[in-house]
Amino acid sequence: MRKKWWKIFCVILLIYTITGGLLFSVPAREILAETIRNLYFHVCMWFGMMILFTASVVYAIKYLRSQNMVHDIYSVNFAKVGILFGVLGYATGFIWASYTWTEYASNTQIFREPKLLGAAIALLVYFAYLVLRGSITDMDKRARVSAVYAIFAYAMLFPTIWILPRLLESLHPGKEGNPALNFKDSDARLRMVFYPAIIGWTLLGVWIASLKIRLDFIKEKSILND
Amino acid sequence: MIKKTLSLAACLFLYLLPLLTRAQTMEAERKYTAFDMRSNGKIYVLTACILIILLGLILYLVRLDRKITQVEKETK
Repeated sequence: MRKKWWKIFCVILLIYTITGGLLFSVPAREILAETIRNLYFHVCMWFGMMILFTASVVYAIKYLRSQNMVHDIYSVNFAKVGILFGVLGYATGFIWASYTWTEYASNTQIFREPKLLGAAIALLVYFAYLVLRGSITDMDKRARVSAVYAIFAYAMLFPTIWILPRLLESLHPGKEGNPALNFKDSDARLRMVFYPAIIGWTLLGVWIASLKIRLDFIKEKSILND
Repeated sequence: MIKKTLSLAACLFLYLLPLLTRAQTMEAERKYTAFDMRSNGKIYVLTACILIILLGLILYLVRLDRKITQVEKETK
């Protein structure tokens, strides 16, 4: 984690994402127009969140198998940065939707939007994860209970953000497949920036998480050495 | 105390964000402003601003990284 090359790689990808994302030509889309560029920012936040939460659940399972506090520290910090990405994704989505959906959908439709509600539920489940951790003072108990909870929280992501919005009437793109990945919505010009953008933003998240993890290692040094 | 005030301010900001964007939706009636920005070259100004913000944040992260490395060495 202390290696330099992937951090440099991350910075290069992000600079490319922003310059390319704002300046390269994009396909014309109805309603969205130039805001299709948000694919490189808003959508990447959710991809980053999903990858970080996956890392978190992997370490939660590792903790339960090994009872090693190191894995608990990894798990919680990946989850925290994942939540940050989720909140950013939600905030950017709000602005994007208020400029695009309002052109053809009524307020009632927007308030009933299953993708918004689902994402809000998923984030609240993860907020509760932090509250749960904060409420237990015993370290081993906290690690064990929160690792189990992390697995359930991860499982809740799938119905709330993947399945329900596809079953119900949704304003959000991607109801009939995988948004941003299928070939009808996306095209070569978009993918040229989109894929590097996912990697760049995710690496930034991993970088922030790695700093938090190292800080926790210093803080919990006395316990980890036992 | 400062932490509490800050988090409260952040909550308030997030709460008021919808109102802000609602008010701007009216202005969004004027569609395709982004194309105007491209044709008169102002988009480059925006790109430069965003790049500076990104680089500033990255620089901050790098410094934080170095500081943590230093503390790690000291505690060893």
